[in-house]
Amino acid sequence: MTQKSASQIITANDLLSGEVVYFTKSGAWSLRHADAAIIDQPDHAERSLEEVTRNDASVVGPYLALARVGESQTVAPVHFRDAFRSIGPSNRFIGKQASPA
Amino acid sequence: MYNYTAFDKDFVATRAAQFRGQVQRRIDGSLTEDEFKPLRLMNGLYLLLHAYMLRVAIPYGTLSSRQMVALADIADTWDKGYAHFSTRQNVQFHWPKLQEVPDILDALATVDMHAIQTSGACIRSVTSDHFAGASADEMADPRPTAELVRQWSTDHPEFAFLPRKFKVAVTGSEHDRAVTKFHDIGLRLTQNEAGAPGYEVSVGGGLGRTPMIGRVLRSFLHQAELLPYLEAILQVYNQIGRRDNKYKARIKITLHEHGLEDIRARVEENFALQRSRFDGVDQDILARIESDFKPPAFKSAPITYFEEQLANNPIFRAFTKTNLHPHKNPDYSIVTVSLKAHGATPGDASSVQMRVLAEIAARWSHDELRVSHEQNIILPHVHKNDLPAVHKVLLDAGLATANIGLISDLIACPGMDYCDLATARTTNVAQRIAQKFDALKQEHTIGPIKIKISGCINACGHHHVGHIGILGLEKAGIESYQITLGGDGSQNAAIGKPAGKGFSSDEIVPAIERLIGAYLDVRKDASEDFLSTFHRVGPTPIKAALYPQKGLPK
Repeated sequence: MTQKSASQIITANDLLSGEVVYFTKSGAWSLRHADAAIIDQPDHAERSLEEVTRNDASVVGPYLALARVGESQTVAPVHFRDAFRSIGPSNRFIGKQASPA
Repeated sequence: MYNYTAFDKDFVATRAAQFRGQVQRRIDGSLTEDEFKPLRLMNGLYLLLHAYMLRVAIPYGTLSSRQMVALADIADTWDKGYAHFSTRQNVQFHWPKLQEVPDILDALATVDMHAIQTSGACIRSVTSDHFAGASADEMADPRPTAELVRQWSTDHPEFAFLPRKFKVAVTGSEHDRAVTKFHDIGLRLTQNEAGAPGYEVSVGGGLGRTPMIGRVLRSFLHQAELLPYLEAILQVYNQIGRRDNKYKARIKITLHEHGLEDIRARVEENFALQRSRFDGVDQDILARIESDFKPPAFKSAPITYFEEQLANNPIFRAFTKTNLHPHKNPDYSIVTVSLKAHGATPGDASSVQMRVLAEIAARWSHDELRVSHEQNIILPHVHKNDLPAVHKVLLDAGLATANIGLISDLIACPGMDYCDLATARTTNVAQRIAQKFDALKQEHTIGPIKIKISGCINACGHHHVGHIGILGLEKAGIESYQITLGGDGSQNAAIGKPAGKGFSSDEIVPAIERLIGAYLDVRKDASEDFLSTFHRVGPTPIKAALYPQKGLPK
């Protein structure tokens, strides 16, 4: 994938299931990294994170993660830890990678 | 095995009920995550990379078949059909849902199990020799002491918020299979010159970012003085252990900063006060506990079928060479069941395998199983004539891998495949090393060796005490694996030393292959194991193989 820019997304774990979730443009949470809302401005990202942290009790431990936007507008993780979070463990075919999209 | 009293059952059931209320209050918003986190951690519930993780205590690694079946049921009902047996002799479920955890705790309570004190800055679940009460080389059974310590430390009001977590291990054998020298307190059962039973007490051992070997605080402590002495150590630590820096809060740092003599003087002064507070009730309790650990009724039967199979069945013979350990009763054996089939994740067992192990234990091992810190399952009392039948059932369940003590019997923490703290993956490295040496058919040629892999500096994979240790770190945005050499978790305790710069994920398995090749080149003969060779020749030939570009002498 050709890198277009390095931006940020908000990710967390769902309070009930513990599953990794991503904050979307509509203000909801998605299980898919590709659905994450890209935030290009660092100030905006910090403000959005503060707002989520303050107001959304349905998730635990929200944080900003670097993400890349490809030419086809696909959102992908930058750090390998976030890549693992987005698919599940590498030692077993379980977690997100085993769930229907 | 220890049998829960009505008091124990009530305590565990009450805690499960309390946690149900706490979870409910978290879900309805009455508790914030900051308020809830210490409560869930007190009940062994973590939030890791992909999901919650529930760590269930298996005190000193001992399980009944009924308890193993209950764990399998939990894996099927509330998890993904498997469980992970850890390097602390506990078991972890990596996919529970928050609202279902109270149901899991209730299910555990019905079989006298819980998740209390498997996390937090408290005295953690006590560990011991996984061959306790069975091994031919044992001087005394450490389990009654371990159970006494468990009872004393459970919900101890004064030690619920220590400066940091605190781990106690007990052994009753000269051959230290419980890694006691790397625990906050290590107890070794011994006798004084008059033959009175007691303990050698070591303090301040530990792994993690500052590995240290425990130092002997008391070379002999009378058996009856154990709890007041432990109370004295913990009180001193609770008072002077650092709380300003979590990385300097373990008792090993307290001991290092104050010095052994200072700590000894403080403990002895406190011990003099504590002794009068213990009026002998603890020894009455110990006597009751000991009655629960009487040896099972061993049968007297010929071992002719065993001998026949040994002579005629090469697969069985190979299994007996690696997976058996001498039992106190010469007609019996201790069986180590490997959870390290080549390519498997160390410590993982499916619910089907767990039920098979429970059935074998019920039928052929006096209803007992053990979890070893090396992430295997032990059948402690199997009559030799039953070994062929046990082997056949294990074979059918994919549990008969004959590799105990060999290179593929490596241990690994869950690493970044699960753990929130990890800086790199481990299981994937473990799988690839095991597969590589299985493909090379070199395992038996290499002989006894311990590889231990941790996914971060916290060292849950005990890499510091691996003959070969592998520490997974992040370097410049990629996983990097640092090799340490010469570690030893036995009675000859030693901390491995870094070999040099780290290797990428792609490079680490070839690096281990070169390292092993160098060992095979320089060992005297097949009887000289890796660690002995390393001690004789030093690190130079190994480093030369690891870093050939440096041009070190071969």
